[in-house]
Amino acid sequence: MNSIVNQFISAFSASDIPGGYFTLFATIVIISGLAVFGVMAVTALVAVYFERKVSAFMQDRIGPMEVGIFGFKGGKKFWGGIGQTIADALKLLTKEDIIPRLADRKLMMLAPFIIFGGAFITFVGVPFSEGIVISDFNIGLFYIMAASSIGVIGVILAGWSSNNKWSLYGGMRSAAQIISYEIPIALSLILVVIVVGSLRMTDIVVWQADHRWFIFHSPFAFLAFFIYFISAVAETNRTPFDIPEAESELVAGWMTEYSGFRWAVFFLSEYANMLIVSIVASVVFLGGWLSPFQMFDFGLFPESWMLLDGPIWGLFWIVVKAMILIFVMMWFRWTFPRLRVDQLMTVCWKYLIPFALANVILVSIWELIF
Amino acid sequence: MSINFSLKIYGIFVYQNFAPIVVFIVLLIALLGVPFILQSLLSPKQNKGGQKLDTYECGEVPEGNAWIKFNIRFYIIALIFIIFDVEVVFLFPWAVVFNELGMLAFVEMMIFIAILLVAFAYVWVKEDLNWVKMSVKYGKGRYANLKGDKEV
Repeated sequence: MNSIVNQFISAFSASDIPGGYFTLFATIVIISGLAVFGVMAVTALVAVYFERKVSAFMQDRIGPMEVGIFGFKGGKKFWGGIGQTIADALKLLTKEDIIPRLADRKLMMLAPFIIFGGAFITFVGVPFSEGIVISDFNIGLFYIMAASSIGVIGVILAGWSSNNKWSLYGGMRSAAQIISYEIPIALSLILVVIVVGSLRMTDIVVWQADHRWFIFHSPFAFLAFFIYFISAVAETNRTPFDIPEAESELVAGWMTEYSGFRWAVFFLSEYANMLIVSIVASVVFLGGWLSPFQMFDFGLFPESWMLLDGPIWGLFWIVVKAMILIFVMMWFRWTFPRLRVDQLMTVCWKYLIPFALANVILVSIWELIF
Repeated sequence: MSINFSLKIYGIFVYQNFAPIVVFIVLLIALLGVPFILQSLLSPKQNKGGQKLDTYECGEVPEGNAWIKFNIRFYIIALIFIIFDVEVVFLFPWAVVFNELGMLAFVEMMIFIAILLVAFAYVWVKEDLNWVKMSVKYGKGRYANLKGDKEV
């Protein structure tokens, strides 16, 4: 039980704080909440810039190259236009907030809060490293899944309240897609729970430190990682599963009528969700905050490399693993064409769910035998 | 210092680990509220209203209302989802104690999954997993020739 909150409360409990325990608790949580918001904002800023550059280089174009910061531009080099996302953020903040005359005003204003809230409160349980987690729940994995699926309510609200045909189609498709792909995600994550016997994220990583990365536990776990990752891409509404916001047919899907900062909130939550699914994938399947050198220790690396563990290095490793997964998601976007709606449903219900269910059964047999 | 004590917030006891969620919900309203206020100060004030507030329909004058009766497929998917979601909720506590209970837990859950698979097979055979049902006899009109197609 070493979460940020518990650590700080233990550290300060000896000293006499005015306002007592409640003030101390609220202060710590608010500071960590602001830190989480900062992480979300920085992730979105970096990821938007990164996505533009990655897509530009994959398609042999340059991407942003004009906007610099502190007189530093970069031009046609990879770091060109490094201030572009900051300029975008400022632009979105100064845009007019348009709500159509026929729309349901209250629901339309509420929707960004729900979508953002779903991503934001999920971070209470998302570990960034050993001990760097706001609350180390005993139901951590379950909480993350439950909280991150709140967002779909906001998507339906946004689609319905806009009173726009594109929004309605986008919202409905998005809802159907997100709830469908939640099942393979849950069934893949159950594998690790069967093996470890705990839903706590720390326990899952401790098991992997004792044995091996969970992706190499059995052939079924290996398959489960790919089922999880495909479903996670669909869950975050990214290409090739971006049917809800297919630009060429639905304008912008359920975001069509939104503008300015309300639209920016959707973008923020999308990248936050990408970060969440990547961190969960790296914690559950890829050893979380463990250094990869320990895993492949066959005497190939110097002894000193085995010491690259602990909270600070753990933060580095988990960020590296998550960033690699996010890069793969961006890579997908420029590699695969968009699926049709019926193909989307077929992939989920006829391939991923039966395979994931078979995985659960086979892994429990594997556990009974070994 | 004991860790599992609870916290009293407005007369309700909240388990300490879950209390941050309550604080986060309050915080998120504040965090989103500040940029919204900032936006209302910075954004243009002139030229409000008019055709700008029309519903967007690619530049055309909007036709009718978007609040219509919607396709039944989405509701069927939601129904099937509920069955599987409840199953997953049952699977989680089972998975936690699986290694302790061993064979007994395995057999019991196999019976549960088998019952569920019957429902899954039924839905599959009835083609509710397909986006367009091919085995249904469609009347005269658009879908009259649909039956012959094998491709889904």
